[in-house]
Amino acid sequence: MFDFVRNRRLFYLLSAMLILPGVISLVLPGGLNPGIDFTSGTIMTIQFNRPEAVDQTELRDSFGQLGHAEAIVQRSGENTFVVRTRPLQQAATNESGELGTSERQQIEQALTERFGPLQILNLDQVSPLIAAEIVRYAILAVAAASLFILLYLWWAFSKVTHPVRYGATAVAALIHDALVVLGIFSILGRIFPAEIQLESTFIVAVLTVIGFSVHDTIVVFDRIRENFIRRSGDTFEDVVNHSLAQTLTRSLNTSLTVLLTLVVLMLFGGVTIRTFVLALLVGITTGTYSSIFVASMLLVSWNLGELRWLWPWGSRATAAARA
Amino acid sequence: MKRLIFVVILTLAAAYVVWPQQPGNYIPGGDSLPGSQGIHIGNFNRQGAKLGLDLQGGSQLTLQADMSQVPTDQRDNALKGVLNVIERRVNAYGVAEPQIQTRGNDRVIVQLPGLRDPEEAKKLIGQTAKLEFKEQGPDGQFVPASGTLNGQQIALTGAYLVPGRQQVTFQGRAGLPEVAFEFNSDGAQVFQQITSRLVGKPLGIFLDGERISAPTVQAVLSSNGVITGLGLEEARLLALQLNAGALPVPVTIEEERTVDATLGADSVHKSIAAGEIALLVVIAFMLLYYRLPGLAASGALIVYSLIALSIFKLIPVTLTLAGIAGFILSVGMAVDANILIFERMKEELRSGKTVAAAIRAGEDRAWPSIRDSNTSTLITCGVLYFFGQQFGATIIMGFALVLAIGVLVSLFSAIVVTRLFLELLLSQPWAHNSRLFGMEIAPSQIGGAVSRRPAAAGTRG
Repeated sequence: MFDFVRNRRLFYLLSAMLILPGVISLVLPGGLNPGIDFTSGTIMTIQFNRPEAVDQTELRDSFGQLGHAEAIVQRSGENTFVVRTRPLQQAATNESGELGTSERQQIEQALTERFGPLQILNLDQVSPLIAAEIVRYAILAVAAASLFILLYLWWAFSKVTHPVRYGATAVAALIHDALVVLGIFSILGRIFPAEIQLESTFIVAVLTVIGFSVHDTIVVFDRIRENFIRRSGDTFEDVVNHSLAQTLTRSLNTSLTVLLTLVVLMLFGGVTIRTFVLALLVGITTGTYSSIFVASMLLVSWNLGELRWLWPWGSRATAAARA
Repeated sequence: MKRLIFVVILTLAAAYVVWPQQPGNYIPGGDSLPGSQGIHIGNFNRQGAKLGLDLQGGSQLTLQADMSQVPTDQRDNALKGVLNVIERRVNAYGVAEPQIQTRGNDRVIVQLPGLRDPEEAKKLIGQTAKLEFKEQGPDGQFVPASGTLNGQQIALTGAYLVPGRQQVTFQGRAGLPEVAFEFNSDGAQVFQQITSRLVGKPLGIFLDGERISAPTVQAVLSSNGVITGLGLEEARLLALQLNAGALPVPVTIEEERTVDATLGADSVHKSIAAGEIALLVVIAFMLLYYRLPGLAASGALIVYSLIALSIFKLIPVTLTLAGIAGFILSVGMAVDANILIFERMKEELRSGKTVAAAIRAGEDRAWPSIRDSNTSTLITCGVLYFFGQQFGATIIMGFALVLAIGVLVSLFSAIVVTRLFLELLLSQPWAHNSRLFGMEIAPSQIGGAVSRRPAAAGTRG
């Protein structure tokens, strides 16, 4: 049987290597590459109907002439472009009380004159006010989800000694997973600034990853809980080792079926949700890893008093556990 | 047997509900199959699944009402007034099935399905409400009612009403509802002149150019008056509208999300394909890895998909791109409980239990982990739903709802339905083959009859 517990420092090192570059990238200026949901602005997809290709530089010029030198133009299909600009102006009322044309209409008109008929396939526009609010609620949502899960696990494991440890290490593992996803997307955002832009669906992905991470951790913890009662003569390390060996296949298989569906979504689900699916793929993979190699190992370390340095003010609980 | 009949009826009913209007979009060569006519039971009518704006095309606008000029105690009513004004404008614009809701203290969310170019609608919606009083000209047409104030001819508008003082009161013993209104001192002067020449004639009240009321003037009035002869709802609405005109709340469009219908249709096609392929891939995995129990789980997975989709259609859950992705994800998660049970079952078989005993022990012992792990997913769904609700992100709410329903249905399918199918399979003599379990089983383990006791999950819960 593979001795998971003995190699725990190796796994901590591996996790650190996985997290550290991402965290550094996160902390450096421009940590995450936010889309308009978080920064405000307009993003639209324009499709031109003419048979010959529209030149990307020409299109950028057109936006420059329309007063949008800041526009980022990106080709996404044969004659389809994704354009990001600052928020477009609404139609204003003139002195005689009549409404003028909106900026979107002006852009549509100018582009039609230059490149022929076109369709705006989608257009999202977010004001700074809304963007700031989304950020605030996103942080709150992640904090609330973590807190509720901690409380639930504390309660669910109330029959074993030190139930709070199960909750706390599960939450540590989910923070690990959230950091891995955030870090990897921070790095990806630097490498592919135009493709990887984070919208509010990214928050959905991170929260789903959090839920799934705990889902996986619980399968392992549940077995530890059961074996703890059955094999009361064994050391805690042995119990954890046995439990991990017993649950390894199911941990892998439950994740595998989810990963399979995500790969299918990635390949066939369309471009619109690709960033979302990628975030889930990364998160669920690390979620499986962390339930085995982070949550359970931390549980052992805590039990052996190895985490005492984290809490220098008093470690009666850990000392008692060793006795 | 009772359970079998129940599951069969439930599955058939779900299949009937889910059956699409155009089977060709879902099944290769399905064009020749009859399409669903929708579900009609009594007052309940449901044609197809409800699609979000990102799938059917359309526009969602988030409007911010500027409440800085509104006294705190009148803000609730002011927002209702804004809602009413926008509702009437959108309805006048003629969009099919618009949805208009308030969100928080100062926002209104407007959903306009099927609208390709929302610019015209936005112009209409973005305008500030305008309340005018009119009298009938010689030709019977309403023209602005005016009077002189400080030597100037001015038209009477909502700006001369005292904000917040328009309210429903009840008249006499019978308690008949009426709407009391109050003009400021300038307005009172003009109103007196107007009512003095309109006694016995109608005074038209127009909001955004549309007549909302035309009471007959009974007497000469100045600052205060009442409009009588109204139903309660009518009176409430009129008071709201008069207040909206008295203190117009400027609105700005803070957020817009517009999707063209062609892009939406493309997303629907891709999602359907992805969903069907995902289902097949998961079934293939379960069959290859778990053999006979995998077959039972695959059957249960199909039942799961039908039941979950029929619930989405019946509630109805607004299906968005993220929501469908959530459902496809849930297909992969729905077999999780099966995997936990089957792995446990294998352990029990290795320890020498009979197949029947192993199934039972597998379920009982796997239950706590199934319960705890699914609860954590439900907690996340709850947080997500609340998070989405806070700023009207219907996409996020849809995802959370779909995932939560998926988790609940999968508990039923993975435990009750899988067990039923497994028992049915094991009642066949050919199924008693250790190769079908993917592991060695002694003959003595598979001899016994399969237990028929009702599923009792959670004995250790």
